[in-house]
Amino acid sequence: MSPLSRREFVAAGVAAGAGLVIGFYLPHRGSSSTEVFSPNAYLRITPDNKVTIVVARSEMGQGVRTALPMILAEELEADWKQIEIEQAGASTLYGDQTTGGSASVRTTWDPMRKAGAAAREMLISAAALTWSVPRSSCTAQNGSIVHAASNRRLSYGDLVNKAATLPIPTDVTLKQSKDYKIVGQRLARVDSPSKVRGEAVFGIDFRLPGMKYALLSRCPTIGGKLTSFDDKESKKISGVSYVGKISDSAVAVVADSVWGAMEGRRVLNVTWYDGPNKDLNTAAIVASLKQGAAGKSVSLYAVGEVAKASGRHLSAEYQLPFMAHAPMEPGNCTADYRTAQCELWAPTQVPQDCRDSVAQAVGLTPDQVTVNVTLMGGGFGRRLEHDYAVEAALVSKAVGGPVKVIWTREDDMRFSTYRPASYHRLSAVLDGAGWPATFSHRFVAGSINGQKGSPPVNGADSDLPDEAALVYSFPNALVEWVMAETAVPLGWMRSVYALQVAFANESFIDELAVSAGKDPLEYRLHLLARDQDIQFFTTTWHTARMRGVLQLAAEKAGWGKPLPAGRFRGIACFGCFGTYMAEVVEISMENDAPRVHRVVAAVDCGQVVNPSILEQQIQGGIVFALSNALRAKITIEKGRVVQGNFDDYAPLRMDETPAVEVYAVPSTEAPTGIGEPSVPPLAPALCNAIYAATKKRIRALPILS
Amino acid sequence: MADITFRVNGGEKKVNVSPETPLLWVLRDTLDLPGTKFGCGAGLCGACTVHVEGSAVRSCSTPVSQVAGKSVTTIEGLGANGLHVLQQAWIAEEVPQCGYCQTGQIMTAAALLAKTPNPTDEQITQAMNGNLCRCGTYERIRKAIHRAAAAGGGR
Repeated sequence: MSPLSRREFVAAGVAAGAGLVIGFYLPHRGSSSTEVFSPNAYLRITPDNKVTIVVARSEMGQGVRTALPMILAEELEADWKQIEIEQAGASTLYGDQTTGGSASVRTTWDPMRKAGAAAREMLISAAALTWSVPRSSCTAQNGSIVHAASNRRLSYGDLVNKAATLPIPTDVTLKQSKDYKIVGQRLARVDSPSKVRGEAVFGIDFRLPGMKYALLSRCPTIGGKLTSFDDKESKKISGVSYVGKISDSAVAVVADSVWGAMEGRRVLNVTWYDGPNKDLNTAAIVASLKQGAAGKSVSLYAVGEVAKASGRHLSAEYQLPFMAHAPMEPGNCTADYRTAQCELWAPTQVPQDCRDSVAQAVGLTPDQVTVNVTLMGGGFGRRLEHDYAVEAALVSKAVGGPVKVIWTREDDMRFSTYRPASYHRLSAVLDGAGWPATFSHRFVAGSINGQKGSPPVNGADSDLPDEAALVYSFPNALVEWVMAETAVPLGWMRSVYALQVAFANESFIDELAVSAGKDPLEYRLHLLARDQDIQFFTTTWHTARMRGVLQLAAEKAGWGKPLPAGRFRGIACFGCFGTYMAEVVEISMENDAPRVHRVVAAVDCGQVVNPSILEQQIQGGIVFALSNALRAKITIEKGRVVQGNFDDYAPLRMDETPAVEVYAVPSTEAPTGIGEPSVPPLAPALCNAIYAATKKRIRALPILS
Repeated sequence: MADITFRVNGGEKKVNVSPETPLLWVLRDTLDLPGTKFGCGAGLCGACTVHVEGSAVRSCSTPVSQVAGKSVTTIEGLGANGLHVLQQAWIAEEVPQCGYCQTGQIMTAAALLAKTPNPTDEQITQAMNGNLCRCGTYERIRKAIHRAAAAGGGR
């Protein structure tokens, strides 16, 4: 569509009241084709038989540009080869477009299916009318409507003019999973060819004519401010055109090349006021988290009465550090501020937040801000922030022209938002047979949402319902959270609190099994033996499904079978974002450090949309999690983040990458999250394997600290 | 500022830039070849890998003055006559997730295959270990290199 018709398309959707399967029909003006069939905001079919599916979530490598269209195309009975994909920018048509919380498939599963089914039914009606035959004698097949009795066939393109005049059905029958032809198939990702050619446009690659580049000098001390700056040396750098204060704590250096802006910033003379956190350091933060354990807690989950039980008491403490997302593409955003309008090209997981925060920052209304979503070189939650977008808009406004703000790797590492550091105190009472009569987990961590201005819901950070479930049949259990105050900026990093909660829970379960002299797998299976629904906030977990993934992982890993000399196994399971996951890690020890040879992962995430993408997400999540477990640690000294680049914050490389096997439990349940659930079980499974190898219990991450 | 002449993807280019400008930014900003990526600026991640005289080089840490008179190949030039066998293998093995690091990975792999047409797992690890991937695609990268080698990618 042309930019003009795109805006009309959006306007028509708003007029129709928005929503997910609200239909509207939009004549396509100003082109040779006469009309476009667009029964809803996700789909357009043109008379030349082009089927365009709009993806309203952001692609950061998790495969939404392939998986979401597959869902719609399935119900549409489309020919997958004829599908074209369009990325939606910030819109009012698609509800919340945030790409996070492993939510893209699970929250668009229904709307995408209904969108495809409604269009299919209208195309069938159009064909029946064209041929004057009963609707029931027509079927949709591979991009055409077929009338078998007369051996006639019309393509969707042939039918769009008539279909566009028909009422949009409000109640459609969805296909049964046994009839799926696209969902469940290993279809190739749509964007691989452009990515291997170097043609894919990431945020950092997008250009506008006359665009300048900006780097920002930001106050290195958390909460500090700008005192003054001297731009004399910066302005001597060739190409530097502007140096100016952009916020209370940042100065922008603008040049006609990235290198010019980097050099201009390097020689900029800035004086900072360090502010209240100038003596903040990691040791003090850890001590404060530990002290916080005695503070006021919020109960997240309670069953029975943990105080009542008697037996053998066990307790343990666990702690985890701040971590940084460090996506491969550093932060950036392109902005073009004009009078009463601002357009952005943002690698972002939150186009709507970018729109709203930019509007506020530059004094516009949200409808005066257009946000285009580019490809992202990884996200992992870092791009759930919108700092880069606000910076770009402010600099563009200051210089009166299009600007791309680029962060260096050091900027990304030191001015990120961090996975909250946490402290965990676990205790249990074992009965005479060694089974837990009680299980208690009290953890202390900062509130990510609270720090960003969304106060806890009923006392709990609003992320915790998805990330802190305890899926075991304990007779008595209590999970409590103590909110810690911290000046360190907190962010949502892949699997968020589930990583901390799972590390503590699943390490401690292993400690209990060891103490009871029982096999860690059998110990878990015993706690899951009874079929039970476990309600955790609004999610109902089923012990049978957790049992299923544990058994599958154990079977595929050969749990209980002898290993070669020097090899050891550990196991863990966890449920988050609606998904059940179990992992078996196989290691050897080399110079007191674990070497991970093999990870077997079993998942129950309901209906699998694309098994290849599922495997990639789980393999990638495990590599990410192994990075976290082995080395990821952000430390603070004198109020500043210490780490800066991939030398002192070193992600996993090929030499440390294990073979990862992925097995999915066959299921026709509605799909649940898959981007994050493979992360949490890895660290405890690994540390449990280390215990098996060394009889040493790791209770603090990272392992190689 | 200085005039510097070198060959890029077979064609001669003359640029007028500060001689210490990293080759990465000359390729991206001056010559409009954005397939070469910025990841760390310190030679630690390999996203910026290009070939200089056939060898894999970190363009973020290579002053453009060092390539004066030399021949540079970027991802845009690797498969100039259709997709390079490694690019085909990358698609066949579904390697890319976010894809950001993959052009650098492919350039490193291409330099490896040029010297070692049938690399062992160890040789692959040794060659590729300087290239980071936060999506964790390493095992598929390994498979794709073996696939390309089997298809004669190093010849």
